[in-house]
Amino acid sequence: MAEPILRAVNLSKRFGGLTAVNDVSLELHVGQVHALIGPNGAGKSTLTNLLSGDLKPSAGHIHYAGVDLAGMSAERISHLGLGRSYQKTNIFLAFSVFENCRLAAQSRRQRAWRIFRKASRFEDVNARARAALEAVGLASRRDAIAAALSHGEQRQLEIAMCLATEPQVLLLDEPLAGMGPQESGTIVELIRSLTAAHAIMLIEHDMDAVFAVAHRLTVMVNGEVLASGTPSEVRANEVVQQAYLGEEHGAGDV
Amino acid sequence: MKSKTSVLLLIVLLLFALFPFVGEKFYVQLVAKVMIMAIFAMSLDLLVGYSGLVSLGHAAFFGLAGYVLARLAPQYEAASLWTSLPLALAACAAFALLTGLLVLRTSGVYFIMVTLAFAQMLFFVFHDTPLGGGSDGIYLYAKPELMLGGTSLLNLEDHRVFYWFVLGLVAAVYLLLQRLLDANFGRALIGIKSNEHRMRALGYDTFRYKLGIYMLSGMLAGLAGYLAAMQYGFVNPDILGWHTSGSVLVMVILGGMGTLHGAALGAFVFILLQEVLSNQAWFGPVAKHWQLAMGLFIIAVALFLPRGLAGLSGQRKLREETHG
Ligand SMILES: Nc1ncnc2c1ncn2[C@@H]1O[C@H](COP(=O)(O)OP(=O)(O)OP(=O)(O)O)[C@@H](O)[C@H]1O
Ligand SMILES: [Mg+2]
Repeated sequence: MAEPILRAVNLSKRFGGLTAVNDVSLELHVGQVHALIGPNGAGKSTLTNLLSGDLKPSAGHIHYAGVDLAGMSAERISHLGLGRSYQKTNIFLAFSVFENCRLAAQSRRQRAWRIFRKASRFEDVNARARAALEAVGLASRRDAIAAALSHGEQRQLEIAMCLATEPQVLLLDEPLAGMGPQESGTIVELIRSLTAAHAIMLIEHDMDAVFAVAHRLTVMVNGEVLASGTPSEVRANEVVQQAYLGEEHGAGDV
Repeated sequence: MKSKTSVLLLIVLLLFALFPFVGEKFYVQLVAKVMIMAIFAMSLDLLVGYSGLVSLGHAAFFGLAGYVLARLAPQYEAASLWTSLPLALAACAAFALLTGLLVLRTSGVYFIMVTLAFAQMLFFVFHDTPLGGGSDGIYLYAKPELMLGGTSLLNLEDHRVFYWFVLGLVAAVYLLLQRLLDANFGRALIGIKSNEHRMRALGYDTFRYKLGIYMLSGMLAGLAGYLAAMQYGFVNPDILGWHTSGSVLVMVILGGMGTLHGAALGAFVFILLQEVLSNQAWFGPVAKHWQLAMGLFIIAVALFLPRGLAGLSGQRKLREETHG
């Protein structure tokens, strides 16, 4: 197989006495969706935070296209082409939907010599923001204030903001949580359409969605990797059956 | 809506420009002082209102620029405005850069404490070392001159010319800041104030933005301090003190944080009220206790106008929309 674009090696994160992520290794490839599943508190979000630079690892390395990310700031990692969405919606509540995405798109265009040009007049930025909103199915709500959106719509916006930065690697932390079936369908389709050109890590409790899009599957429990492989391998794994899949599959857990 | 505000702005500008033709010298000077403080208040609003950084040491820049002017001026002659103003602003930028690298790593109440601490250090420097001339300060016998090829462009000693000079600067600062805040830089700043964590995840080097605005804010406070020193004809450590920092913070809060015109309005009301309340002719012995009345006024605004004086118009609009 081709070189992975992102490779986490023996990553650990300790919060005081608690080891939230324990010696986890994982690879992401362009053209593949790597699903990360596991019960609540397994350390999935913490792992995402390590990869995105929101948290510094206690141990281990992250190689991204030849660069070691460990200890790098979140903003630099973002500029290298790694984007993420948050499980707990993390948007600019007071701004319009469009401005949320516009700000995300603007981060790719930093021209110091244009300090007096109206922000709304950068057409390339506007276009990218619009495209991101269309992709997640939120174009009709562009002028609404983010705080006034329904929970599901805020989840859509969360993903649109990640898209607007045009990342190569997408880390999606429970993108479908809180969405209705129609929005979920849109996002699953979106993930499918992005797969060819991106490397995607998908954290999700909705097993139908996971098995619909995942090329590889990693199961985490208590901060550790319980199993990793193709979906059918993992599905057949007895330990996983007992520990996780058996009880959770189809339960619609949030 | 947009053109309505620019028309309003133009009318205000015109009224201010005409004032020296009708106002007595005392009042022309008073309004010039108000306008200088408006620059000072707008500069602080960049931090408090637009960046969420509550500084209690903003007088450091105000005073520093004044002292730079005083030190650069020849004993009994005028300094050159061409050199002394850029140098004063450069000193403020350098001070902002040095202190900003430290204070901007803190936030909330710690930011308040550290900005205050740096201002107090500067106060000590100019109060207690030969640099500053002690608690009496330094006199400026002549205002800096704006010379071009041997002729003076503006006779700034004339109180009217000085007034118009200041008016031009306030207008320029206001318009430039308005543009800046509506451009990418300003949008990013407001994003950082709203949710810094998400801005970083989106790829913004938020520290650089904060350092940038901190330096700009410091330089504009320096511009105000330079003009104030020019107007009063002396500098003393009071202009660096925490009283001055507190007053300008009150102006910003009074006027309404996060609106440039609010900060300017706050400066206007604060200075005029101070002038009126401490007027012995009107209030007799009570005038000595003007701070008490000022305090009551501030409390009233805080209680009834949480968005400051600038919120008055906004609130009325909101009510019309919901009830009309
Ligand atoms: N900042 C933090 N400080 C201390 N403990 C934390 C912190 N973040 C997470 N934890 C703990 O680390 C463990 C893993 O949490 P994490 O959020 O990564 O789990 P998760 O797999 O994403 O769970 P969920 O499915 O509920 O989202 C939990 O026990 C959590 O309480
Ligand atoms: Mg999680």
